[in-house]
Amino acid sequence: MANQPQTELKIIEHYGPRLSNMAGPALDPGVEPDKLVKTHCCFCGQQCGIQLKVKDDRVIGFEPWEDFPFNKGMLCPKGVKRYLQGGHPDRLLNALGRDPQAPGGFAPAPYEDSIKRTAEAIDRIQREHGADAFAVLTGASLTTEKAYLMGKFARVCLRTANIDYNGRLCMVSAAAGNKKAFGIDRAANPWSDIPKAEVVWVSGANIAECAPITTSYIWQARENGAKIIMVDPRITPAARTCDLFLPVKPGRDIALFNGVLNRMIARDWLDHEFIERWTVGFDKVAEHVSQWSIERTAEVTGIAPKAIEKAAELWGTARTSFLMHARGIEHHSHGVQNVLGAINMVLASGRIGREGCGYATITGQGNGQGGREHGQKCDQLPGARDIDNPEHREYIAGVWDVRPEEIPGKGVDAYEIIRKIHKGEIKGLLSICFNPMVSLPDNNFVREALEKLDFYVAIDFFLNETARHADVVLPGSLHEEDEGVVAQIEGRVIKINKAVDCPGDATQDWRIIQDIAAALGRTHGMTFAGPREMFEELRIASKGGVADYSGMTWEKIERQYGVFWPCPSEDEHGNPVDHKGTLRLFEPGSWNPIARGAGPFYFPDGKARFNIAPYTPPMEEVDEEYPIILTTGRVVSQFLSGTQTRRIGPLVRQYPEPRIEMHPRLAERLGIKEGDWATAESRRGSCTLRAQVVETIRPDTVFIPYHWAGRKSANQLTVSAQDPISKIPEYKVCAVNVRKADRPPDDAASDAALHNLDQIATQPDGSTSAVFQRS
Amino acid sequence: MPVPEHHEFFIDPNRCIGCQACVQACAECDTHKGHPMIHLEYIERSESTQTVPVICMHCDSPTCAEVCPADAIKKTPDGVVQSARKPRCIACNNCVYACPFGVPKMQTDFDLMMKCNMCYDRTSVGKKPMCATVCPSEALFFGTREEVEARRTRSRPVNEFKFGRQTITTKVNMMVPKASTHEHVDVTSQMQGEGRRLRLNVLSDSLYEPGSA
Repeated sequence: MANQPQTELKIIEHYGPRLSNMAGPALDPGVEPDKLVKTHCCFCGQQCGIQLKVKDDRVIGFEPWEDFPFNKGMLCPKGVKRYLQGGHPDRLLNALGRDPQAPGGFAPAPYEDSIKRTAEAIDRIQREHGADAFAVLTGASLTTEKAYLMGKFARVCLRTANIDYNGRLCMVSAAAGNKKAFGIDRAANPWSDIPKAEVVWVSGANIAECAPITTSYIWQARENGAKIIMVDPRITPAARTCDLFLPVKPGRDIALFNGVLNRMIARDWLDHEFIERWTVGFDKVAEHVSQWSIERTAEVTGIAPKAIEKAAELWGTARTSFLMHARGIEHHSHGVQNVLGAINMVLASGRIGREGCGYATITGQGNGQGGREHGQKCDQLPGARDIDNPEHREYIAGVWDVRPEEIPGKGVDAYEIIRKIHKGEIKGLLSICFNPMVSLPDNNFVREALEKLDFYVAIDFFLNETARHADVVLPGSLHEEDEGVVAQIEGRVIKINKAVDCPGDATQDWRIIQDIAAALGRTHGMTFAGPREMFEELRIASKGGVADYSGMTWEKIERQYGVFWPCPSEDEHGNPVDHKGTLRLFEPGSWNPIARGAGPFYFPDGKARFNIAPYTPPMEEVDEEYPIILTTGRVVSQFLSGTQTRRIGPLVRQYPEPRIEMHPRLAERLGIKEGDWATAESRRGSCTLRAQVVETIRPDTVFIPYHWAGRKSANQLTVSAQDPISKIPEYKVCAVNVRKADRPPDDAASDAALHNLDQIATQPDGSTSAVFQRS
Repeated sequence: MPVPEHHEFFIDPNRCIGCQACVQACAECDTHKGHPMIHLEYIERSESTQTVPVICMHCDSPTCAEVCPADAIKKTPDGVVQSARKPRCIACNNCVYACPFGVPKMQTDFDLMMKCNMCYDRTSVGKKPMCATVCPSEALFFGTREEVEARRTRSRPVNEFKFGRQTITTKVNMMVPKASTHEHVDVTSQMQGEGRRLRLNVLSDSLYEPGSA
């Protein structure tokens, strides 16, 4: 049994989320820090450089790191207040065992006993039900060394095929699309190309809130004369002053891309030489998009015809451009097709692989890029190698000193792991850096699955909502308590540095994993002395692969302010080189190990691929019963499932609770006013939150940010439909109905009190409080 | 050490994304730790995501100081208007009411007026203010006039403001669109039906197909 041992409120009383605030040395002025540690923010894919102020082995604040070239000292509110995760009252200082009688439902347990108990459970489940009956869920906020270790742990130590990671919810559609079109999965350009573009096209990316530092690059492009086109169902803060805003109906991006490409072809806004010389498949795509007249595109996308025409003209006639997209087009049951549609527009323009001519997906997680390169995906081995490819298996088997047939085959994706748990095929689970009770869609189903596990061990530094279902919780390390590398948004590999030691029995994640391996008696290849040794092995494992790190060292990374991969150790003739890294992909005349000089793209002929991207509607269309589209996303002050940011007081106070954002036209029809409690309901669940009535969203769509748990979780409503190729869930569209709630949720008052949120405490009569009233 | 003369502060509301990095970072400043001095407001969230950050404009003739009955508010020779001096401030709120920009805050816990002092602990030793260092959109910018002219081709800095019959010149600059010649908003420009829409600077008349809601 792995249900929650006590009621939610009792668990929260003991394990949080409680709020940390500025206090003690963090509040005292003039405290001289013992040291400033140059490292990076623990949150999003931009990985801003930051200096952590350390006093008495505790992080007490930060100092901007203005020399780091990506962000030059800039930070978002999460980066500013990230230091408040240290010394937190909720920090797990011991291993825990599930105990319904203990306060908060968990009893502290000796670390060694908990490791032993975990190993025994793994051994028992695998003996009784087979190796694949034990699954591993990991995350893309882990360093690349840890991601590498987790892949090796699953394949070599546990011998299970079933390992997957939360990047499955993040950038896999972009990854799959990029591999199909370019043969490689990395942002093609450094961000320094953005201000050099004449047109910046942003589809499905709330840049101001999800990648705030990228804003300055886009604004600089605008200052230099660029036109900014933003495609989104909402006028996000960055879209407010763009030159052309296209309010696409959620789930219809592909129609827009096809319509624009069709217009480009009709007006001959094409780079014929580039298409002819460096691409394959244009004619078939041209034929396919010929059905996408401006009128039909407008009808499907809900965007005015003249706005589509204008967008096509701006894009079609530009001399330089940068197209970027994020989860807004990727979180769909046709996410890969959306990405391919966007790439078709780029390839037809010929504007890639040159200064000021760029294309990129904006990765979400801290190591969103690196976490998907080195083997914690169910279908992948290190160096972005393919687990089904016999040559790739053989190479990695050599590095790992195992026989190729000992490496398990392709496993299933993260959501399918949950389904297999629900079906009883997977009996045991180890999770690290993943909080599916908040982050996976249709989380009532996820909870049912967790309750069926024979044994669940969670590694985390806080008791996240999923870990509440665990039998054993092992106390892991914070970002600032370990070192290693990550690859940020541009494909720049950077170094995370250790600032403080782990408190109590908490220890570095890689030690926990290796301790489990040792307790299992399966130590082969699991005896690294530390991340540096892992990095050295990873360099060899990645050598000759697409994501080649073999020419990197930690020292070179720090010296150069990061190294863009690929960074091979040998040139095309096999001679050793001191490679600086690859700033920009696909440059004319560039060499790569797949094309071997035939062309700049990562296919044997060196040419990029056009792919037909057919339009299909979202899996769940609106109907009479559920007539409104729900789309989900983020706010600037919270990060992903909120395990860290829902515990940081100043960030929680910035945006305390999720709200249902709706247009006044819709609100009026529903009889809902600003600040009213409103219930959104889908076929899978319902959620009662306060309404925010704003003109900045399409009237056919409501928006709820997803960072919260329990009754506030947007993912009670979302649908677990997935893209057939990337397996990304369709977070961005499902059908709901919305109505005014009769009364506030039962626990609204106690919940507000618990979080010390005086300013949002509900009045006894259920009326709204000051923070939601307009001044 | 004074704040270097050639370094100036520029506010550009056009760039602001409302993320509050400035507010969160302001609270990290050693001279007023835990108390952010920046005002960051939505203009009208029901209509737009537009936000405007306001720091102290550091007036040449600070109204706050002029109305202070206790002579508690001082401007340092480098033009930075400081928070009220603790021994003198009588917490009368005169400055709070009088400042045309609405900047000073009465900290009732300490009976003291506090306000943005341009991170004096940082700027007086050659660093940038915390807010202008972290601001991810460079809506808050601290640098030389040459840098601003080179990097902000669409706008120009102004530091003269009219409030009724009062004209105020400030140390801090506000970026305004280069093309704009209006020093005052002309009320009639907002009277036509589409006036409000123009502010969004998007094709708002074509946002939605008829009947799509």
